[in-house]
Amino acid sequence: MQFFRLLKYAGKYKKYLILCPLVMIGEVVMEMLLPMLTATLIDEVIPQSAETGNLSRVLLYGGLMLLMSVISMGFGMAGSRFSALGGMGFSRNLRQAIFEKVQKYSFKNIDKFSTASLVTRLTTDVNQTQMVVMMLVRMAVRSPIMMVMAVVMAYRMNPTMMPILLVAAPILLVCIIVIMSKAFPRFQIMMKKYDALNASVQENLIGIRVVKAFVRAAHEKEKFEASADDVTATQRAAEKIVIWNGPIMSILMNACVIAALWLGGNQIIGGHMQMGALSSFITYMMQILMSLMMLSFLFVSFVMARASITRICEVLDEEVDIKNPENAVTEVKDGSIVFENVGFSYAGDKENLVLENVNLTIHSGETIGIIGGTGSAKSTLVSLIPRLYDVTLGKVLVGGRDVREYDMHALRDQVAMVLQKNVLFSGSIKDNLRWGNENATDEEIVAACQASAADDFIRSFPEQYDMDLGQGGVNVSGGQKQRLCIARALLKKPKIIIFDDATSAVDTATDARIREALRSHMPQTTKLIIAQRITSVMDADRIMVLDDGKIMDFGTHDELMNRCEIYKEVYTSQQKGVA
Amino acid sequence: MPPHGPMKAPAKPKDMKGTFKRLLSLMAGAKHKLILVLLCTVVTTGVSSFGIYLLQPVLKTLESLAAEYNQTGVWPAMGGLITLLSLMAGMYLVSIICQYSANRIMMMVSTGILNRVRKNMFDHMEDLPIRYFDGHTHGEIMSRYTNDTDTLREFFSSTFPQAASSLLSILFALFFMLRLSGWLTLLVVLLMPLMMFITKTIGARSGKNFVAQQKAVGALNGYIEETIEGQRVVQVFCHEEKALEEFGKRNEDVRVAGTRAHTFAGLLGPVMNNLSHINYVLTTLLGVIMIIVGKGNPTSIFALEIATLLAFLPMIRQFSQPISNLAQQFNTVMLALAGAERVFEIMDEPVEEDEGYVTLVNAKKDENGNLTESETRTGLWAWKHPHTADGSVTYTELKGDVVLEDVTFGYVPEKTVLHNISLYARPGEKIAFVGSTGAGKTTITNLINRFYDIQGGKIRYDGINIEKIKKDDLRRSLGMVLQDTHLFTGTVKDNIRYGKLDATDEEIYKAAKIANADFFIRHLPQGYDTMLTGDGANLSQGQRQLLAIARAAVADPPVLILDEATSSIDTRTEALIEKGMDALMNGRTVFVIAHRLSTVRNSQAIMVLEKGRIIERGDHDDLIAQQGKYYQLYTGMFELS
Repeated sequence: MQFFRLLKYAGKYKKYLILCPLVMIGEVVMEMLLPMLTATLIDEVIPQSAETGNLSRVLLYGGLMLLMSVISMGFGMAGSRFSALGGMGFSRNLRQAIFEKVQKYSFKNIDKFSTASLVTRLTTDVNQTQMVVMMLVRMAVRSPIMMVMAVVMAYRMNPTMMPILLVAAPILLVCIIVIMSKAFPRFQIMMKKYDALNASVQENLIGIRVVKAFVRAAHEKEKFEASADDVTATQRAAEKIVIWNGPIMSILMNACVIAALWLGGNQIIGGHMQMGALSSFITYMMQILMSLMMLSFLFVSFVMARASITRICEVLDEEVDIKNPENAVTEVKDGSIVFENVGFSYAGDKENLVLENVNLTIHSGETIGIIGGTGSAKSTLVSLIPRLYDVTLGKVLVGGRDVREYDMHALRDQVAMVLQKNVLFSGSIKDNLRWGNENATDEEIVAACQASAADDFIRSFPEQYDMDLGQGGVNVSGGQKQRLCIARALLKKPKIIIFDDATSAVDTATDARIREALRSHMPQTTKLIIAQRITSVMDADRIMVLDDGKIMDFGTHDELMNRCEIYKEVYTSQQKGVA
Repeated sequence: MPPHGPMKAPAKPKDMKGTFKRLLSLMAGAKHKLILVLLCTVVTTGVSSFGIYLLQPVLKTLESLAAEYNQTGVWPAMGGLITLLSLMAGMYLVSIICQYSANRIMMMVSTGILNRVRKNMFDHMEDLPIRYFDGHTHGEIMSRYTNDTDTLREFFSSTFPQAASSLLSILFALFFMLRLSGWLTLLVVLLMPLMMFITKTIGARSGKNFVAQQKAVGALNGYIEETIEGQRVVQVFCHEEKALEEFGKRNEDVRVAGTRAHTFAGLLGPVMNNLSHINYVLTTLLGVIMIIVGKGNPTSIFALEIATLLAFLPMIRQFSQPISNLAQQFNTVMLALAGAERVFEIMDEPVEEDEGYVTLVNAKKDENGNLTESETRTGLWAWKHPHTADGSVTYTELKGDVVLEDVTFGYVPEKTVLHNISLYARPGEKIAFVGSTGAGKTTITNLINRFYDIQGGKIRYDGINIEKIKKDDLRRSLGMVLQDTHLFTGTVKDNIRYGKLDATDEEIYKAAKIANADFFIRHLPQGYDTMLTGDGANLSQGQRQLLAIARAAVADPPVLILDEATSSIDTRTEALIEKGMDALMNGRTVFVIAHRLSTVRNSQAIMVLEKGRIIERGDHDDLIAQQGKYYQLYTGMFELS
């Protein structure tokens, strides 16, 4: 069972998860003895004491019952404390384990799960599982014991009335199961409609300018109304079933009471039973039905949490495909890059390669431009260098060694990459830049920002380098964000730096300034620049033209202008009107 | 089951009374149904207490029947007992029918209210000015549709009916307890303040701790979202250990705060439960003593019968259970009020004002060449301008003549972003804006379609001050292709049709051809009927741009505002887009925010903007001759952005 596997993560909090059901047993035992003592008090002690006029036995019983209530309260309070400690401790460890696992993921693993789904697993799914655990430790032992004890007690009170329960209990169970199994799928439909509704709100928020520009508010309102009515209709369809729960429970309980009064009444008249016993029997009977109901709810919430549990296990079970080698090399000699017969496919499928038979040699310190249309596998090619993915065929060498021989941190520290979809994190500008080098001095940070043409705009902010970027860096524009990301990478002082379309939102003049700074400040560093704009790569030492996963040509601007059709086509189309 | 989301922060509502009143007013429409629900609840709770009360006569009857059998040895007539039990059965049946009806009606009412709240909120939101969306994050607005509406659902579907039924139960139980025994009731009632005090103390503590937990959870979730979102960057920078450390800290905070919150929340149950046991024990004790003492003296005011005590004991639960329920519901009510407040807040936002009275109408020319209004679509449009002074109406042909006179604007009054902008565009002319990011290019176009209102100067459209034109009509006459293309869930056809809702399929195909989109659309799996999801995620950036052009083409407006895409689109698609744009611009007045030289070159006028001012203007040759900023940009072979 996946659930019990997850329970192992409770770790040092396991003791609370065990203690909790134990004290719950204490509570329930005390609680179950009370009606029995009441019955004895009324049926036996009253007649005796009334004769003798001596209240000492009454007080003794009363005192005992009070004591039991107090003990029961103590147990109950301890139970809630233990369940809180155990449940929260469990969820803490589980979250930690998931997060730790995700940190070990390779890009391939991350591709498999979407960001949103990983977040859901870490938040909602862990919460769901924690709720179930807390409910289980409190109820899973308590309810069955309550039921068993109530059955025993009721039997002791009067075995001949047990058939009432034998009829009522199965009916109750069947009803609950039918209701739940009918309602559950309907709630799932409702949730889907609800998600769709929220998605349409989101869509309107993102596209509000389009809605307004096309004067389509009325149209959107109409669409939303249909969607909202859909949610309401499915919600009603589901709740229509659930509202049967209460009345059915009432019918059964009341029918049991009347049956007990009739059967028990006959026995009282016959002198085989006393009134106190009858009243206590009814109490026990109610408790049995209640605990049955509790158990079925427990079962339902367990079933509902199963989806969450499965999703969590998927993350934990995911095989991490890129691991550090044994006896890893920690020193990257220089910034040379060699591809030997490299083939690559995201799915690892040798028949269906995204990159095919790539051979190339780049010398340390060279500036290489890479250009090609959408889907030509430019990003794929460069992501093999810091070993974000492993090659399917052939090998990639950095500093003369296969990238798979390096310690991953050592390799990635020397191969800096500015990603196409880059992100900044909340915190100050300085905090973000220090990602590149934790111990960077203020001077180094400023120097990196000057090189990436970020210093000017940073200084225009009131708090300058201490300005808070907000979640995801929302407080800066697209072009500014890209320049900060470049500065962050420069601070690593890497042997190889890769720009994956990293200046697309930066204006061309600034773009040129950045490239000039790179050339003069980092002559030793190998620079790979992927771009759409030909001006961004024109002045590179060599330019690689990619098409459909193959290197079409590799040479200087002038060479390519002479011999490469694709390059010429791109160049003329972009320079049109300049003449 | 409806999902019980993670515990929500019981943020304190600001104006409790007002919000509560307003919340109740939402139910006003269902007044009659609610009265019916109340009546049903009265029956259900009343019967429930009365049923327990009936235990007394039943047990008394049994007592006397048993005594009769004991004396006579003959099985007594059971008529009395049967009558009593049948009465109980009948009552219960009625009560259950009432219970179901109440549930059912309440369910319909509460889902209906929610439905209305959602629609009202959305309707209102669509009418809010762009400014509102600038000032609020999507997450912030979304949470009103999700979290806040969920608290309302909880309130209407469970808290509200339960609170009503709890209150009624307490009253009925008190009534029947008094009928059974005044002294025992007195004891129970005396213990009440203690129970309420304990409940209140625990409840307040638990509320406070839940707020603390929620804060910790918020910090953790924010961190999770951000880190997972940037997981690739984390790995490229070998930041895993740091991330794990920071995560661990926040995770531990959640554990500590959560343990406190759940401890207190969990205490309420067992404490109340066992307090009611203590209550039960004390009552039993007093009852038993009264029975014993009163046995020799049945007329004493302390005298009590066993049957009465046995009926009284279950009544205690009937009385104390709803009290602890009410205590627990208090937090839910607070949550609902805080949620309702945020929902009402958005509904109270002032909507986009529109004082315009000039409207756009279909027009035709009579034999004298005068414009008149037409019932049918003619392809000819006119501004209908009523004059209040003399009650006359004039018609002006829609041509697309736009003039800005000395326009000044700032998103916030203190910070002017556009200074004294003056320019004109004759029908069919193309005006290009050139300049660096933040120079104010997009702002100008936002003023023409009145997403924002200018602070100084005037904008005239076909000679009419645009403040006099109804906003909807103004925007209908302007086509827009925005830099970030937003598509909607639906088919490709639906998305193009967005430009003109009554467009025929032929018109759509024609527009797609103009935009150069027809070719790629026909290669999609279902062609024009291909479903687009999640903001058109299954299309490339370039394809989305082409659809946006087609969308503007089908609307066929006399004036176009184009914001060219800057983002990386490969050269071939870019060429397609360029052709599409050119076809669309043909014969229209166009304002274009240009990023490519080819677009700029053949414009009638080019405005070079810097820091909110037009620093150079003229056509391409003029500007080159001026040898200013434009010349620098141009000869530097830099693209414009």
